[in-house]
Parts: sequence; C-alpha cells; structure tokens
Amino acid sequence: MTTPHITVTNLTMAYGDFLIQRDLNFTIEHSDIFIIMGGSGCGKSTLLRHLIGLQRPAKGDVFYERQDFWHASDEERVRIMRHIGVLYQTGALFSSLTLAENIALPLGEFTGLSRYEIADIVSYKLALVGLAGFEDYYPSELSGGMQKRAGLARAMALDPEILFFDEPSAGLDPVSARLLDDLIVSLRDTLGTTIVVVTHELASIFAIGTNSVFLDPDTKTMLATGSPKKLLAESSDAKIIQFLTRGESDANKSV
Amino acid sequence: MNTAGTASGQVSFIPVDESTVAMKLSGSWSNDASIRPVEQVLAELSAFKNLKLVLLQAHDLAGWDSRLPAYVLKIIDYCQTRHIEADASGLPEGIQALLKLARAVPERAGARRTTQQKSTLAEIGKTVMNGLKDAKGLLAFIGETLLACATLIRGKARFRSIDLFLCIQDAGPSALPIVTLISLLVGLILAFVGAVQLAMFGAQIYIADLVGLGTVREMGALMTAVIMSGRTGAAYAAQLGTMNVNSEIDALKTMGISPMEFLVLPRMLALILMMPLLCLYADLMGMLGGALVTVSAFDVSLIQYYNETQKAVHLTDFSIGLFKSLVFAALIATAGCMRGMQCGRSASAVGDAATAAVVNSIVYIVVADSVITLICDRLGI
Repeated sequence: MTTPHITVTNLTMAYGDFLIQRDLNFTIEHSDIFIIMGGSGCGKSTLLRHLIGLQRPAKGDVFYERQDFWHASDEERVRIMRHIGVLYQTGALFSSLTLAENIALPLGEFTGLSRYEIADIVSYKLALVGLAGFEDYYPSELSGGMQKRAGLARAMALDPEILFFDEPSAGLDPVSARLLDDLIVSLRDTLGTTIVVVTHELASIFAIGTNSVFLDPDTKTMLATGSPKKLLAESSDAKIIQFLTRGESDANKSV
Repeated sequence: MNTAGTASGQVSFIPVDESTVAMKLSGSWSNDASIRPVEQVLAELSAFKNLKLVLLQAHDLAGWDSRLPAYVLKIIDYCQTRHIEADASGLPEGIQALLKLARAVPERAGARRTTQQKSTLAEIGKTVMNGLKDAKGLLAFIGETLLACATLIRGKARFRSIDLFLCIQDAGPSALPIVTLISLLVGLILAFVGAVQLAMFGAQIYIADLVGLGTVREMGALMTAVIMSGRTGAAYAAQLGTMNVNSEIDALKTMGISPMEFLVLPRMLALILMMPLLCLYADLMGMLGGALVTVSAFDVSLIQYYNETQKAVHLTDFSIGLFKSLVFAALIATAGCMRGMQCGRSASAVGDAATAAVVNSIVYIVVADSVITLICDRLGI
C-alpha cells in the first residue's frame, strides 16, 4: 500500500485551556474526496486550520506523506504549503486587487512564467470556474457566490496536489452548489487532486465524499472515519445515523 | 387588539387539592400589555406547601407573543428545580410546540458564561498579565520584522514593488497638504510666543533663532510624527485589521507568502523613506511661518531673518531632527502594523486596533523624543 497523502495521529486541538477535540486519528489517501463533518461548533474549521498550517496542535502530529508538518522547519513547512490550495469560507480574496491580480499573485511569486503566460493561465482558471471576462473586477463588485468561485480559481492557480474547501456550498444556491460539487469531482478525476472538504451539506457529503471523519462536539473527539455511505449503512452509532439522515430515523423512533 | 383598559395579562391560582394547584393565564400577553413580574408569581407559588403538580392552563387568551412562552419557561424551570411537576397540556397547542422546541436541545454543559464578582487583586493581576502579553507581542513583532528585514537585505523578500510605490504615494505626497498647514501654523505660534518675551528686550531678531532651532530640532519631527500616526499609522492598522477579519492574511500564509514581507515591509519602508523628507519639508514650512510673523508684525526684514536663521541653525540640528523623524517613522509603522496584524476578527476589533495604533504610537513618539533629547543634552550636541 502507498503512503497516505495526509496522516493525522493523536491530534489534540485546544485554544488555551479550552479543549476543542482530542485524539484524532485518520488518514487521507491520494485522490480522496475527504469530508470533515459534524454538528456546528464541533471544531471542523479548527481542524482545517491545523491541517493547512494556521494553527499549531496542542498535541499530536500531522504528516504530509512521510513529512512531519508541524515539526518541520519553517522553510520546509512553507514548501509543503505551496502544494496546497485553500478555498476559505468567505473567499478571502485580496480586496485591493482585481480578480486577475489575485490569481496572478501566487503565479508571479512562485513561477518563472512571463506576464503574458500568467495572463493566459489567469483567464483559463477564471473560465474554469465560470467567471470568464471578469479579470478586471474587484472582489467587492461581485456577489458572494462569484467571490467564492474566484477564490477557488485562486486556490487552483498553482495546480495544488491538495485542495481544502471550508464550507464550499454555504451561501450558494442549490444549482451553484451542485455545479461546485461537479467541479470538485472533475478536478479529482482529471488532475488526481486530493480534496478535503469541511461541510455539513448532506447532499454534497453523499454525492462526492469517498472518505470522511465525523467529529462530535459532546465527547470532543471523532466518532468514526470512513466512506459516508458506508458509515450510514454500517455504523451503529446513533449520533452518526441521526446526522446522516437529518435526524429522521431518530424522529421515527421517538414519535 | 384589546382596548387600553383591558390590555393586561392575568395570572391566578386555583388550588385543586393539597398537592395540586392550577395556574390560569388569561388576557393579553403581547408586548405592550402590563403583566405582573414573574418573580412575584413564583413567590406566590412558593407559598403553597407540599406542592407536587402545577397545571398550567390558558383561559381567554386575547393574544400572545414571545412573552408568554418565556414566562411559562421560567415557571417550568422553577418547578423543575423544586421537583414539582409542571403540566403544560392546558396551554394552546402553539405554545406547547414552542416550549417543546425550546427544550429540544438541552443547554450545553459549561456553555453559559457566568460573571463572577472578581476581587480587586484579581483585576490587578489580570491587567499586569495583559500588559506582559502585550509586551511579549511587541517583542515578537519586532523580531519578525527584523527577520523580514534580513530577508529583504538578502534580496529574497516577496512583495510587489507596486505595493511599495502605492504606500509611498500614500505616506508621502498625499500627506503634504496637511503637513504644510500644521507646520506653517506651528512656526507661526512659536514666533508669536517668542516675540512677546523677546520684544520686551527689543530682541525681536532672535525670534529667528528660536523658531529655527525649535522647528528644526524638535517641532518639525514631532508634528509630522503626530500627523502621520493619526493619518498613516491608523490607516495601516485598519487595513491590516480588515484583511485579518476577511481571512486575507490566512490566505497569504497558506499561499506560502509571509504577510510580514508582503504586507508589513512595504508599509514600513514607505514610512521610513518618506518621514525624513516630510520632516525636512515641515522644518522649512515652520521657519517660513516664523518669518511671516516676524517680518509683518515686528521690525525685522526678510533678509535679516534669513541671515539670523542661517547663523543659528547648523547642520547638526538638522541631522538631529532627521534622525528623530527616522526613529518616529519606525515606531509609527511598528505600532500601526502590529495592531493591525494582532487584530481580532470583528468589526469593532478593527476600530480598537486603529485606536490602539494611534495611542501607542503617540506614547512611543513622546517617550523616544524625551530619551533622544536627553542623550543629545548629555552629549552636548
């Protein structure tokens, strides 16, 4: 078996004394679409921040392939981070730059491409997310959904090996959310990108997820890991079943 | 709706047997109705001995909004803590459904924040700890800035030169009008203050010495620093703070670009490059202001004033002023950028960051100025 793309061992997350989650153990394989799910406030986004290098774990390790992410030197960590792309919940575009400049920024900083080649790549990435022709718009001139798609174009700028999505479908209409799901799957299929998604949209979870981890806010640890469909079929944990069926099985029992 | 006279909700108790009481709710329970405080009702309820069951019943409800469910919840909570059963089945179905909904998710243990009376000692301790944390943050920020500068010197810093030029534009030419106005007026004021005293001895000519030395050694640098801390330091804090709120700084980090190099360095460089120039300009404007007053109001010609100034002010004085302005620039940029980078994630945090940036930089400026003046005095320059 090959080395998993990301391995998390005994990860404990805390803000000061306030424990968020403890003893997380899971692996993300190459070309997985990995879902981080759980009720609101359970630390999904915090887990994401630990995986992308924004917050140091209280305990435990994160491995990218065989490399220990948090015990590597700063240069090493930055090198790893150049192979990941992140789509933030709000898009997090640089508001003082146009869309083209936003997407060109990582290309200009980390590649030796000429200005014209970069412009071509920018147009291509914007076209991929359905924003062809919006090069010279500022983020504030776009709707929330368009900002999010532009954020995705920027996250994909350097053709990252791993793409992280923080609640990609939040604030999108159902059709756009579906299109985004399709885009995620095609990215995985064509480029072999490993994808990690924080979400609680059941439709997306079942449509695209090939692997997942379920975080529980009450016991402050993970309850299960595995394919969402398999979890629904095989799990005996009432909380997971309740989550994956929108509480319907639970309602049937109690009424 | 009810007329004004009857717009009130009533609560009455009807004892059913010795361990049961029926609580009848009637009348209007909307926002504008007058209703007895729930504490009174609870006090009455506690007067019943051996109570085991409370029957909540509604009678002739004229209308209700969130007040009624909130009231009933309070009563139910009270009953629960005393092991009295509360039966809400006598209430309208809508209210029952809302009560059920409000109880569907139990309060998370430890989620409620309790405010405890803190002792003065604890408050003092907390203030000191916060101060220490602030000092640590400042040291860390200075360290990071120095590292970024080292990267810059090695030629490896990543920032867009266009950003540097924009910052220079913002911290330099755009500030000229206000610097002109303020330093001209400060020169004017200095001249007037000095003239009143010097005219008593017929020594008006020495106004030139006073204004010249005062602006060049002290006021030019100090006034530009105060202007720039309000103008540019606050802007830096607000810009970086907003970027923090919008996750833009996180985005930079995950892109592998150091925000210290990309955002802080161009701002620092711009201010450090521009401040001495602004200071020099302010010096000239201040002396011009002094000359205006002296030439027009006192019997001194422009040539005399010029000659006297040239005699009084030496290159050393200019250098001291310029050195101060360099130090002030570094302090303002540090305070502004640090507060921006440490900003919390809310709209009010951005405001706090801007305020703190201005307050900090003015404190730093005045303290640094005193220290430098003292050192110059000791060294005799």
